[in-house]
Amino acid sequence: MTAQPTQSTQPDLLYSEEEDALRAAVRDLLTDHCDAAGVIARAESDAPHDRELWKALGESMGLAGLLVPESSGGQGATHREAAVVLEELGRAVAPVPYLTSAVVATEALLACEGDEAAKLLSALASGRTIGALAVALSTAPGAPVKSVRHEEGALHGELTGIADASAADVLLVPAQDGGLYAVDAAAVTITPQVSLDLTRPLATVAFDGAPARRLTSDAAQAVRRALRAGAGLLASEQLGLADWCLAETVRHLKDRKQFNRPVGGFQALKHRLAHLWLEVVNARAAARNAADALSTASPDTDVAVAVAQAYAAPVAVHAAEEALQLHGGIGMTWEHPVHLYLKRAKADSLVYGSAGAHREALAELVDLPAPL
Amino acid sequence: MTDAATKAGAPKAGAPDAAELRRRTQELLAAQPPATTDRLDFLKARFDAGLAWVHYPEGLGGLGAPRSLQAVVDAELEAAGAPDNDPRRIGIGLGMAAPTILGFGTEEQKSRFLRPLWVGEEVWCQLFSEPGAGSDLAALGTRAVRDGDDWVVNGQKVWTSSAHLARWAILIARTDPDVPKHRGITYFICDMTDPGVEVRPLRQVTGEAEFNEVFLTDVRIPDAHRLGEIGDGWRVAQTTLMNERVSIGGMRIPREGGMIGPVSKTWRERPELRTNDLHQRLLKLWVEAEVARLTGERLRQQLVAGQPGPEGSGMKLAFARLNQEISGLEVELLGEEGLLYEDWTMRRPELVDFVGRDAGYRYLRSKGNSIEGGTTEVLLNIVAERVLGLPSEPRTDKDVAWKDLAR
Repeated sequence: MTAQPTQSTQPDLLYSEEEDALRAAVRDLLTDHCDAAGVIARAESDAPHDRELWKALGESMGLAGLLVPESSGGQGATHREAAVVLEELGRAVAPVPYLTSAVVATEALLACEGDEAAKLLSALASGRTIGALAVALSTAPGAPVKSVRHEEGALHGELTGIADASAADVLLVPAQDGGLYAVDAAAVTITPQVSLDLTRPLATVAFDGAPARRLTSDAAQAVRRALRAGAGLLASEQLGLADWCLAETVRHLKDRKQFNRPVGGFQALKHRLAHLWLEVVNARAAARNAADALSTASPDTDVAVAVAQAYAAPVAVHAAEEALQLHGGIGMTWEHPVHLYLKRAKADSLVYGSAGAHREALAELVDLPAPL
Repeated sequence: MTDAATKAGAPKAGAPDAAELRRRTQELLAAQPPATTDRLDFLKARFDAGLAWVHYPEGLGGLGAPRSLQAVVDAELEAAGAPDNDPRRIGIGLGMAAPTILGFGTEEQKSRFLRPLWVGEEVWCQLFSEPGAGSDLAALGTRAVRDGDDWVVNGQKVWTSSAHLARWAILIARTDPDVPKHRGITYFICDMTDPGVEVRPLRQVTGEAEFNEVFLTDVRIPDAHRLGEIGDGWRVAQTTLMNERVSIGGMRIPREGGMIGPVSKTWRERPELRTNDLHQRLLKLWVEAEVARLTGERLRQQLVAGQPGPEGSGMKLAFARLNQEISGLEVELLGEEGLLYEDWTMRRPELVDFVGRDAGYRYLRSKGNSIEGGTTEVLLNIVAERVLGLPSEPRTDKDVAWKDLAR
């Protein structure tokens, strides 16, 4: 532990031209295929995930394989590009398993070796197979995980809080013998849980002798890597959410008239929105820093991820809460999409570790230890 | 950016490139070896070689080169151990007076003032704020009345740093009280040695006096020292103020480089002071300080890439609040020692370091961070209106003659 960790290289905190082009392409797709009314209607249906959107995004555009090397059937891009995709998905609260399959499950597989892992990696990269890491969504990187019993090539037990399990074709499951196993979704019982975030639903997964293929004997390391990437890139999703909330609220307040003037002209509201803008500006720097650190495997990655999560998670919640309040009665209706953003933002603030959990991690990382 | 700065920043055709600047710098170093050359002589030679501020025009300390190439010259000179012009001592001259003189000054004014300004022979101060004109600077009441070839100035200015050291001041004064406030202002260069200029230290909450009050009584300013047209002073002042904001935030700051540094150090060195409550608050502020640093770095990268964003408007807001909260936490962390203060003696510091002295000083000094250079409340309005495009405040002062304003 050094008192002041030094960064070996300066992070690139901007967006490249290619990243801007990628953003534009994803935004176009979402504008055409992921409108708010559709997301609200889908949220309460039997199929909360948007399969068609996933197909367009993951398969046609090839974005499911951004983090996978070309030699393994992916795009050979980096976390920086995946972060841009997540910003746009956050902006649209898109109900697709991008973070869970194309980032977290993919990162877990990248930590594994052997034919089974390689086969699954290219299947996930193609977008035709959806994977889910069977670790509770609220788990922070490095925190203990619940595992199931492995006996004679099969798994026994039950796990809860598994995000996007109901969309998954394959589950990556930590077992009590320390290994990580691949299990086909068809071989387990997946029961949806009524979730706070309707667009990223949780499920319980029951294993009753499900046949399992071993991916690695070091599940802890694979899970840690997966959750760290998930936490770091979640900050970009939170940035997208917050940015939408700010932009939509500003738009509404310019338009909405009360007391014979635009509501956005009242100084109390102007100042609140200016504060929120500043938070979003800061969240962007923190999210870019985490994405860049992950993409360059910087020695500063643990700090960058913890800082990004500790900062961006509350910003997204604040933005969604302000959006609801400043939309007044309209914001309280089921019809207006702001509730989707509030639910996603609040849920996200627990995902892959709360802000508090990440601050505690920082206490050790930057040598600001707790009282004895 | 306004005209002056843009003009100065735009490279001319045939302007020297990095290699040429390096060559000219080495030529200067060979002709005036720093080890054996008097400091002031070296600085004057540097100015005359056009290597003072390379984006300025030839003959005025520059070569019409891109502003970004200054770093090339500075690096060569630093490596050779050459003296610099101690920019912190003459910050107002460099950052505010010079771009305004360049943008609006006559040829005589430029050649008379810029060289001694840059080498530091002549210190400058800024006579803008008044007791009755703070956030509403355009309401200023210092009067300048024409008398032959001179202007006669009467009034009071406040929060003037360096006034007691300054040879010259940039001054804005009211030359026409019968028109709306923004239109009746004229911009001058004021001789601080005029017998009508009285400088008094202004003691502040920290006990010391960084700033001054300046009383102007029948001060005579020749019309040749007017900058810009009569009545156009508000527009000229915008250049000054714009450059004040540009000069902030160009620096790369290391992690824990600001106010969070001292408190983090104390936390590490003195485990007996730690409590759970302070720990939670410290970690939260550490994260915010680190993120503010990253935002500053991102802004710097945007500027280097030639894509300045509106983020700069928010930086000062963030740093003011953080400086205040962090230094407040530090006083608490110190426990019994937090009840003490280093020294209340009235002093006149030449340089100001927000992060200097003890925790109590840092706490008190940082209170000024949300007032100086634009109050937090006004900056929030600016962000809301200019960045977010929200409606501006209802105004009752735009079409009223200055003399009829409420006061």
